[in-house]
Amino acid sequence: MSDMNTAMVEKYRNDFLKEVEANVEEGQWVKMCMQCGVCSGSCPLGNAWAHPPQEIFMMIRAGKRDEVLKSDSMWMCTSCYNCIVRCPRELPITHIMHGLATYSKRLGLAPKTQPTSQFSEIFWNNMMKRGRVNELKLGLSLYFKDGFGQGIKNALANQKLGMSMMKAKRMSPAEFFGGHGIKDASGLQKMIKKAEEIELAKLKANT
Amino acid sequence: MSDEKKFAAFICTGCGIGDRLDAKQLEMTATRDGKMQSCHSHEMLCSKEGVQLIRDQIDNEGANHIMIAACSRRAKVEAFNFTDVAMSRANLREGVIWSRPEGDEHQETTQEMADDYVRMACAEVRFMEVPQPSEEQGCVENILIVGGGVSGMTAALEAAAAGFNCHIVEKEGELGGWAAKWHKRIPYRAAPEGTPNTLTAHLPDPVDNDVADLIGQVEASDKISVHLNARVTRTSGAPGRFAADITTESGSTTTENFGAIVQASGWKPFDIDSLPEYGHQHPDVVTNVELEQMAREAGDGPIKRPSDGKEVKSVAFVQNAGQTSTKEGYLPYHSGIGDLISIKQAMYFKAQNGDDCDTTILYDNLRTPGAPGEDFYRAGQQKMVIFTKASVDQVAADGSGAKVKFKDKILDEDVELPVDLVVLDIGMVPNSGPDPYAANESLEGMSEEEQEAVKEELESETAVTVESILNLDYRQGTDLPQLKWGFTDSHFICFPYETRRTGIYAAGPVRRPMDIKQAQDDATGAAMKAVQAAVHAAHGEAVHPRVGDLSYPRFRKEGCTQCKRCTVECPFGAINEDEERYPLFNESRCRRCGTCMGACPVRVISFDNYSIDTVGQQIKNVDVPDEFEEKPRILVLACENDAYPALDQAAVSGQEISPWARVIPVRCLGSVSLSWVTDSMNNGFDGVIMMGCKRGDDYQCHFVRGSAMAAERMAKVGDTLSTLNLEPERVVVHEVAITDIERAPRLIKEMEDVVERVGLSPFKF
Ligand code: SF4
Ligand code: SF4
Ligand code: SF4
Ligand code: SF4
Repeated sequence: MSDMNTAMVEKYRNDFLKEVEANVEEGQWVKMCMQCGVCSGSCPLGNAWAHPPQEIFMMIRAGKRDEVLKSDSMWMCTSCYNCIVRCPRELPITHIMHGLATYSKRLGLAPKTQPTSQFSEIFWNNMMKRGRVNELKLGLSLYFKDGFGQGIKNALANQKLGMSMMKAKRMSPAEFFGGHGIKDASGLQKMIKKAEEIELAKLKANT
Repeated sequence: MSDEKKFAAFICTGCGIGDRLDAKQLEMTATRDGKMQSCHSHEMLCSKEGVQLIRDQIDNEGANHIMIAACSRRAKVEAFNFTDVAMSRANLREGVIWSRPEGDEHQETTQEMADDYVRMACAEVRFMEVPQPSEEQGCVENILIVGGGVSGMTAALEAAAAGFNCHIVEKEGELGGWAAKWHKRIPYRAAPEGTPNTLTAHLPDPVDNDVADLIGQVEASDKISVHLNARVTRTSGAPGRFAADITTESGSTTTENFGAIVQASGWKPFDIDSLPEYGHQHPDVVTNVELEQMAREAGDGPIKRPSDGKEVKSVAFVQNAGQTSTKEGYLPYHSGIGDLISIKQAMYFKAQNGDDCDTTILYDNLRTPGAPGEDFYRAGQQKMVIFTKASVDQVAADGSGAKVKFKDKILDEDVELPVDLVVLDIGMVPNSGPDPYAANESLEGMSEEEQEAVKEELESETAVTVESILNLDYRQGTDLPQLKWGFTDSHFICFPYETRRTGIYAAGPVRRPMDIKQAQDDATGAAMKAVQAAVHAAHGEAVHPRVGDLSYPRFRKEGCTQCKRCTVECPFGAINEDEERYPLFNESRCRRCGTCMGACPVRVISFDNYSIDTVGQQIKNVDVPDEFEEKPRILVLACENDAYPALDQAAVSGQEISPWARVIPVRCLGSVSLSWVTDSMNNGFDGVIMMGCKRGDDYQCHFVRGSAMAAERMAKVGDTLSTLNLEPERVVVHEVAITDIERAPRLIKEMEDVVERVGLSPFKF
């Protein structure tokens, strides 16, 4: 993927805004931001981010490509939609956050150890196996992502939660052996693969 | 008409007045104490029959002085409109029954209040004369318009459409002013309602310059004469009869008569060369004014870099350059429209130099006023104009091209931006003549010698640097008085076009910085005002705020000591001096504020319907109970423009007003004579409250300086009080706005408390 990164750098040189316009979902809206700061003020997590949304938009306009794409900020978005509801210019901010995250992942620039980015990957792989999320395995792979010892600790810490989920039939120990899925899992896999190919081709065409 | 005064009183018992008050008693008060020769009650005086009752007394019985005791003088003015007699009004409705609670325990004081107001109104009318207009004159349907830019041309077209002739005097060799030189203009309209907020929505773009059409219309009008390369070298006379000398470059002079004048002398660009940090000496650093020229010369093709003719591929706009700073040599104000101009100009580059031309607007506070402002901003963003919140430190040469050093205020970092071209958003400076009061303004708080020195310096300075525009031969200076920073003074809320010289109206950027659209609206207003002023002057009537008033200041020459206070303090420069150095009143320049009357130490100035006596006698006719009755009396002198209506409104909204208060409306606090204050004290009043409009730079005084003059005069009243052995807190001056409907009654209550504290006046007999 870093080939593509080099290609993108080549192509857009110092015009990161144009790069975002062309490659990031809803990226064409970034230029319409009027820097009022309402999004950053509304974001429940904004003050925990290195760069809250308003700042990210300004950084894009100032051509700060690396700082933006390597940032973990947009990975922190919880899709609460507070910002979208309040933005006076009606920017689809949440979508842009996810769009930036996806794009940075594609280029191989996303931070490797950022927990949400790791979770997203685990979730995706889990779901792609059978076309349904296997809650038990999802939970376990998440607990054990940082090694066995830490995994046991995590599992014990969340024991109560796990028990309640089982009681409420939101999770079943039987899931450990196979688990539920859709009828045509391989059909889904093929479909997604095709979609990925199309997206990649589009990106390549942009380089 | 016969000189004999015949008095008739009319008492209305409608609107609850008859239920709350003893009307028989009021009638007795009017005839016995008020000396009215007849008195008539009616159950609804403002009805057709009621008005007829009054009319009959005037027409058949010869009544020429009438007293109407009914509602406030501000109510029912159409019904009680008797211009051929002298008239006073006792305010029984708002002033008494609506501002006092019902109930037996209040009855006595309420009736006393009503009796006093009837006595006062009777005394007032006894000392009034029937206003006699000054000599009627023919209406001069001709307007002088100084300045042939957008404002001047618009004023001329509007006045011409109203049937008046106009003369435009333009100092340049062609009409159109700066605006004619612009490549395109800012749009006037927002996107149509319902335009969706999408990335491709059609938003307003810069519009082709249409000043040429305006010039065409002016040239085609047979009511408008244009004098190019010309100046006004002398203006004499007064509204309705101005005479102006128009002198052309070649030296030929024509003299024309005018009913009124519009000064639309426009603006000039701020001289940014005096501030080296903006790097204007470098060829690739240009002002927004210069850029218009460059864009225009490029036609629809690409704009070129001045240093080497290279097509511009990157441009930075430095907003607010040399403006909004108290630093020496900077403009202290913001010109308001510079951000719209830069958005427009950035779009020139996108359209003429291509989408890939980088345009960055470095702003600190982005202002996009006017209906299309926000849409125009978004239109720029749609086209990828980049807006960066920044404070610019320096613009410097950078080989060919330039670089801007600034601090990015969002990302909090210092940046150097190399570009092909830098455009400076410079401010608008008004084209005003010398300020007649410049010396006085800067003198406050100085010793006499210092004052003399400053005056001399200012006189020599202004004589050299600022050329007069109107060359008025008024005793008070050659040009329109200014508020600050060179902008013409006007009442910014109520009468924006009105200046401090009656019949002369300012329009366009000489009043405040503005764009083409605003200047056109402004010029239309000023032209309408000028037409009105000419017509009013022909009838001998006042213009606003006392529109239609026929009275004007008269003075008794024998008593005058030639102290010149009236001449100096008149806010409108209405008073000249005759050969014997006596004041020479110009009634059509006069606004009837009475400031001269309040100023005159020997009280020789008066109006037919307003004088030292019409108010002084009201004060003397208040029945002041002796000290054992323990009923204080508080005199309230309330400005008729704001404070009096605020008190009326307080009563309407059900607020109580102290039963001890006796309110007298005055034309302006400036008209208040010190003698009224001392008289009331001598008569046993316990406190005096003066309520006038806000004074100072953001004044709201309808007569500009009246309220300030009064405050100055009353500052000395403390001494007078101490010689009478009275506490200084018995006399106060308050600034009251028309919206102070809760505060105004409270201020009276506060005086009640003061009297309670310091005790009743020892002057009750
Ligand atoms: S709320 Fe919208 S316009 Fe305001 S800073 Fe955020 S994205 Fe920009
Ligand atoms: S949607 Fe994301 S960016 Fe927007 S307020 Fe919520 S967490 Fe913040
Ligand atoms: S009434 Fe007012 S405007 Fe008229 S002359 Fe006196 S001070 Fe001047
Ligand atoms: S203020 Fe009175 S005394 Fe003084 S010059 Fe004027 S009219 Fe005469």
